[in-house]
Amino acid sequence: MTAVQEKPKAVAPSGPPPRRRGKRATALAGTDKLVLALMLGIPTIVHLLFVWIPTLGSVALSFSEWNGIGGFEDIEWIGVGNYVEIFTEYPRFWPAVQHNLIWLVFLLVVPTSAGLLLAVLLDRELRFSRIYQSALYLPMVLSLALVGFIWQLIYTPDGGLLNSLLGLSANPVDWIGDSDINLYAVLVAAAWRHTGYIMLLYLAGLKSVDPALKEAAALDGASSAQTFFRVTFPVMKPVNIVVLVVTVIEALRAFDIVYVINKGRNGLELLSVLVTDNIIGEASRIGRGSAVAVVLLTISLGFIITYLYQVFSKENRT
Amino acid sequence: MTATLERPAPARKRTVTPARIALHVFLVLTCLMTLAPLLWAVYASLRTYEDTSVNGYFSIAKSLTFENFAKAWEIGDLPHFYWNTLLITIPALVVTLLLSSMVAFGVSRFSFKFNIALLMLFTAGNLLPQQVIVTPLWRLYRLIVVPEWVSESGSLIDSQLGVILIHIAFQMGFCTFVLSNYMKTIPYELTEAARVDGASVFRQYWQLTLPLCRPVLAALATLEFTWIYNDFLWALVLIQDGDKMPVTSALQNLKGTFFTDNNLIAAGSLLVALPTLVVFFVLQRQFVGGLTLGSTKG
Repeated sequence: MTAVQEKPKAVAPSGPPPRRRGKRATALAGTDKLVLALMLGIPTIVHLLFVWIPTLGSVALSFSEWNGIGGFEDIEWIGVGNYVEIFTEYPRFWPAVQHNLIWLVFLLVVPTSAGLLLAVLLDRELRFSRIYQSALYLPMVLSLALVGFIWQLIYTPDGGLLNSLLGLSANPVDWIGDSDINLYAVLVAAAWRHTGYIMLLYLAGLKSVDPALKEAAALDGASSAQTFFRVTFPVMKPVNIVVLVVTVIEALRAFDIVYVINKGRNGLELLSVLVTDNIIGEASRIGRGSAVAVVLLTISLGFIITYLYQVFSKENRT
Repeated sequence: MTATLERPAPARKRTVTPARIALHVFLVLTCLMTLAPLLWAVYASLRTYEDTSVNGYFSIAKSLTFENFAKAWEIGDLPHFYWNTLLITIPALVVTLLLSSMVAFGVSRFSFKFNIALLMLFTAGNLLPQQVIVTPLWRLYRLIVVPEWVSESGSLIDSQLGVILIHIAFQMGFCTFVLSNYMKTIPYELTEAARVDGASVFRQYWQLTLPLCRPVLAALATLEFTWIYNDFLWALVLIQDGDKMPVTSALQNLKGTFFTDNNLIAAGSLLVALPTLVVFFVLQRQFVGGLTLGSTKG
């Protein structure tokens, strides 16, 4: 990908000749201009209408009190009341924040290090490498909802695999029902699916590292561990950022798996559940749900901007 | 590649170091552990309820049968839900690729002031957590009036069209990003020459650029199929009539039907997973390629 990056520099001059740009635009015939405007305009309108306008809608509604079913005239604007409420009174909010944080830290530690380790191990001439990779990628194609179903067979207290393996059949642990441990049980299942993705990202990242760098380090007498931590890993900074962003977004989005297991209650509360509960659950408080959504939005925007900066600053630099 | 690797290969084979063996042992064990949950589900699905309720799941099967699959297929009304999924997935997939390739073509072949801003908008949109969008969208859908033959509710809520539209709008971000990166690698001279020869913008897009993008389009189609197929949230929120649910969200209904019969749940889950598993095994290269393209750029 990096080699390929070179070409567009010549192709899409973003730096010096702004005048040529103008000329090229005027060189387009009338119909061509119209066609191009439609080709760009229609998708942009669809995207704005269904993605960004609702996002702004969440921000607006977070300052309101509304059941969502009545007309807009029923909306009562109450300022920051919803925020005050979720931060100080709403009993499910802080546990949900905590669970999302644990989710994030767990994903950042376990699947990331496992994925990186596996990528390093597989990034060499190795027999059966393809087979190993296929097996490790496999969970990635399953939906998180399905992952929830499949892992329940492992965790179920009556005759589940885990209790049987641990010899706890007589005195079974309720991995899903016990609110002290169910979050971690679910996280293992989520990590199971996430590891293959991280491995894929790092494998691609490792392939893009210039082998000359490693050779130079080896010539200077660096051990392979030193080469990895001092040379390869820092050079992979773009991949590390992508992994970070992907993981954060994944952690914020987490929903399907807990919803399938117990609708996100009893130790499995997540911010996403608190939002959705207002439309498909019993809460029906659009304003409060939207305030939670804005909390999600604020956290994710920080990472989205980091990502955009990482990806697009390269283009601006040239 | 292969030609140059031919010679050192025998030399390498001779030097089977203990480290290599340890590496293979480790990888085989890791792979088995990764596959274990799925294999366990397969094993459970092939056993009868009578067998496992007497002997427990952690036992040697008395007999293996496909009965559970037949039962899940029938009780869960799976053909119906597969059809629902197909009705959503295929149009969403095609239109997503079409619209995002148009935007990608526009921003990668022509220079406007807002090129990068537009691309950033799409990329950022795709990274938003769905829950940020879902509440107002759910309300917006009740406001958008559509003819009765499109949706019995008279609005986008509770209609498959609504789910298709949000998939298109949401997935477009990722596809536009990947496609525009790819299109930038196509030599500019190509469209330039076509333009000099009098090819219209649309011809440059449809007859020149798109055919060159076939590999990425294949990769994206594979990925998007899996993602749209796997969607749970959009359909769960935007469709109220259980009959219209796609198969992934309908699993939720199956759970009630199957309550204690884990063997049946296992069979049902595997049947639902089957299409994505088939796509993965047949098109793994595209699947992996698509994800790599989308993320390692920059």
